[in-house]
Amino acid sequence: MAGTALRGRLTWQVAQVSAVTVETASVRTLTLDVPDWPGHQAGQHLDIRLTDEDGYVAERSYSIASAPGEPVTITVERLDDGEVSPYLTDELRTGDDLELRGPIGGYFVWEPEDGGPLLLLAGGSGIVPLRSILRHRERTGSTVPVRLLYSSRTLDDVIYRAELDRPASGVEVIHTLTRSQPPDWSGYARRADAALLAEVAWPAAAMPLAYVCGPTSFVEAVSQALVQSGYPPERVKTERFGATGGT
Amino acid sequence: MEAVDGNAIGGLLWEVFGTEMTDAGSVCGSCGAARQVAELAVYLRALGTVVRCPSCDSVLMVFVKIRDRTCVDLLGLATLG
Repeated sequence: MAGTALRGRLTWQVAQVSAVTVETASVRTLTLDVPDWPGHQAGQHLDIRLTDEDGYVAERSYSIASAPGEPVTITVERLDDGEVSPYLTDELRTGDDLELRGPIGGYFVWEPEDGGPLLLLAGGSGIVPLRSILRHRERTGSTVPVRLLYSSRTLDDVIYRAELDRPASGVEVIHTLTRSQPPDWSGYARRADAALLAEVAWPAAAMPLAYVCGPTSFVEAVSQALVQSGYPPERVKTERFGATGGT
Repeated sequence: MEAVDGNAIGGLLWEVFGTEMTDAGSVCGSCGAARQVAELAVYLRALGTVVRCPSCDSVLMVFVKIRDRTCVDLLGLATLG
């Protein structure tokens, strides 16, 4: 896939926030009206740039939450000690301007012709690019079978919960809640480790394609377990966003 | 400080190289490990960005932004692209 996203320039532009959606207590989805958007692939990013009155600049990369062809959205989790996310989740309102550039990324992307079966593994807000992949699959009419394992701390921390409760045909959504579970909880209640993956992952013989996104420790544990179970390393795509968020 | 990975610096790499780089190949100059740039270990620090080999921890690339300029050190790489 090298070079698929070739474009001459990556320039900053001003987008306008057209909607703010509350996902969880600490997570918001921002819908953005981007005047000059060349289109994106499922799994790509954009960069956000904030500049304060003194000229201090902070930049962060966010996964695009929407499918290609849909309005551009990002889903942001507030990190209490963050420089950028508290502004995006708490201060920004519909109609406000936001400086961004993108799309960016040619590695953690999926197109229907990449095939599957797909194994999507999300820790916390690592669900965001995987949600773009799920929506892209549905919008393109792909019938590639999908299993999503989504690790969250509690049920209230599950992002896109209503959407994931009604998966498209051929998509299996499996939750694990690592910190606390409701009394009637029938899903998993433990960390995504080799033993859990042995229960839920496609067997390596099915030649699955895996996308793993979440905090670094989650991605390391899950991707190593998959490779040890026989997944070829080049079929396990990884994206780590540090120690933040929760699984 | 915990590492992220090369996905996080796609924009910075595009600024420096003028194209999408996260799916480019790289070879570590110290241990010879071959990986796509997205798979490299990245440390985002106040002063700059340090990219290390996940296999041997050698420094592969350093980017330091000073005002409008980005200083680039690629000496740890055997190949890129």
